[in-house]
Amino acid sequence: MSPIARRFAAFTLLAAGLTACGGGGSGSKEAATPPPAAPAAGNAQAAAAPSGDAILIGHFGSMTGSEATFGQSTDNGIRLAIKEVNAAGGVKGRPIAIKTYDDQGKSQEAGTAVTRLITDDKVAAVLGEVASSLSLAGGRVAQQYGVPMISPSSTNPKVTQIGDMVFRVCFLDPFQGWVEAKFARENLKAQKAAILYDQAQAYSKGLADFFKDAFEKMGGTITTQQAYTGGDQDFSAQLTTIRGTNPDVILVPGYYTDAGNISIQVRKLGITVPLIGGDGWDSTQLEAIGKDAIEGSYYSNHYSFQENRPEVKNFVEKYKADYGKVPDGLAALGYDAARLLFDAMNRASALDGKTLAAAIAATKDFNGVTGSITMDANRDARKSAVIVQVKGGMPVFVTKIEPPK
Amino acid sequence: MTKFLQTLMDGIAVGSLYALIALGYTMVYGILQFINFAHSDIFVLGAWISYTIAVALGYAAATTSPPAWESLLIILAAMATCGAVGFTIERLAYRPLRKAPRLNVLITAIGVSLFLQNVGQLKWFFGTQPQRMPAVLDDRILGSLAGVQIHSVDLIGAATALGLMVVLDWLIFRTRLGRAMRAVSHDIAVASLMGINVDAVISFTFVLGSSLAAAAGFLYAMKYPGLNQPAHATWVLLGLKAFVAAVIGGIGNIRGAMLGGILIGFIELFGAAYLSPHLRDIYVFSILILVLLVRPTGILGKPVAEKV
Repeated sequence: MSPIARRFAAFTLLAAGLTACGGGGSGSKEAATPPPAAPAAGNAQAAAAPSGDAILIGHFGSMTGSEATFGQSTDNGIRLAIKEVNAAGGVKGRPIAIKTYDDQGKSQEAGTAVTRLITDDKVAAVLGEVASSLSLAGGRVAQQYGVPMISPSSTNPKVTQIGDMVFRVCFLDPFQGWVEAKFARENLKAQKAAILYDQAQAYSKGLADFFKDAFEKMGGTITTQQAYTGGDQDFSAQLTTIRGTNPDVILVPGYYTDAGNISIQVRKLGITVPLIGGDGWDSTQLEAIGKDAIEGSYYSNHYSFQENRPEVKNFVEKYKADYGKVPDGLAALGYDAARLLFDAMNRASALDGKTLAAAIAATKDFNGVTGSITMDANRDARKSAVIVQVKGGMPVFVTKIEPPK
Repeated sequence: MTKFLQTLMDGIAVGSLYALIALGYTMVYGILQFINFAHSDIFVLGAWISYTIAVALGYAAATTSPPAWESLLIILAAMATCGAVGFTIERLAYRPLRKAPRLNVLITAIGVSLFLQNVGQLKWFFGTQPQRMPAVLDDRILGSLAGVQIHSVDLIGAATALGLMVVLDWLIFRTRLGRAMRAVSHDIAVASLMGINVDAVISFTFVLGSSLAAAAGFLYAMKYPGLNQPAHATWVLLGLKAFVAAVIGGIGNIRGAMLGGILIGFIELFGAAYLSPHLRDIYVFSILILVLLVRPTGILGKPVAEKV
């Protein structure tokens, strides 16, 4: 080898090595997951030690990427539920183990992750995703293989329309849009609203449409509807147009990173009206990015950690003990989705896809942290929503809105 | 009128940043005839290093901006760090391939780019969370002109960018070092026969281009304080637009890159303001196609006779 070739070889080796460990750190598809046998071993000391082979369930979520807190919070919630169920003797006397794949917030990765979970890891059920477009990608795969999938927090109506294997434990966007419109009209007395939505996200576009419908039915006017693409940094053109129409509120139904960036530029342009968002805002990074610009804005969510129900208090306490922070709505929904799954597994006569799906579909009045969950004919949950306001860098409980009778 | 002036100002502010990044692409191409695709990642590194330093200095929670000399220190530190990274990349990744076909170097550049992106999102570097850049430049409204607010950040950003470009122009066209760079760019073999230390000149080019990209990263983080995570697709797109600026201006041509950058800024923002904001990327790449069709060497590029 010539000296040049040798040096080049050394560099590529070094680069390959570093990339490989980079992958293992956070960029890879596999997040830290104990090997399937580990939970069984770990639970040997527990009082009611579950015996037998572990039942493996899968989770796919955005553990990295610009919506990383979604996947991480959900995973934390799921793992807390698993820890509890294993300590209480497991499901059907068997411990639960979990495998988590990172889809990096990309739909093609989401499809691959679910395929891997089902064909390679042979999971009994899949939990995930938060983002509706990713649940749509993953859900199709789960449906095709006949493995039940429960989305903890995808709110777009299309998600469960995929087929009889796909469920969710959260409310839907038509309801969320209605809640935001009702709050804007009745509590904020808004006459005119502008909308700035993410054209690349099914969730954002859906929420914008449902809000518009409800807001107009309640007698308000939409001054303008502007679009951006998730990850954009400059919103000046859209916001200048919005400023020209003098709205009383601006609906920004995107995810927290964009919402934070938008809020900064909204205030820079001298617009002072509050912004309204949906559960896609639910992340501590919203306040970290938006800082003073996001103060005073409102968003609808699945639960508030300040609610006075015993289930909420109990969950918040346990979560804090394990992870050292207050759980967001996504952690609560991850926890509820996992617990609902275990409940259905216990009721099911067998764990094959069809029987398990039937047991999930039969869920009635399940007592979750985010409210009582009953699966309707469309495999959706009918639940109430809360409105929170960002105050002092924290989402503060404002009001609870029940679904219309 | 308000909208026009606002867009004009934003166009200059964004365009001068594109120009700063485009300079790095164009200088490397001018000397080594290959496109350094890792260059946009140096820009990202510049933004994130500025963030890291500002946080380390305790400005994350601060309500007031630091004195001017401390902001200057942050931008200089980011420029120095990125300059060192640029030097290292050239030394380890590109120099061993100096005699290899251009395609090999191009592929290596893409590899280096992916390497930087993935290392950047590791826990012990910048992580995967978006962050808020502390306001280390005083962002106040200096005044308003026909309803357009003039922000100090925009003004300082454009002024710094233009200042750096003037310095670079002077360096290249008025100094011995610049003459050496131009000589190497003209013909490496002959330049080396004339006693020019080619390796040193090339290293210097990388250091210079990388530190300009770092300055652009700092200024970008000032204008758009919500920083996306290092491997986010947005950054790649930004780098591509700067590359387009270099091509439109005439790749290899310093003044062409500056012109191209400002042009891209205008096309993007006027398109967004007067046509449709969510098609902004399409305007930029349409112009690229148009320029390549009409004048393949770019606006200021010289036609080259291909030897057959």
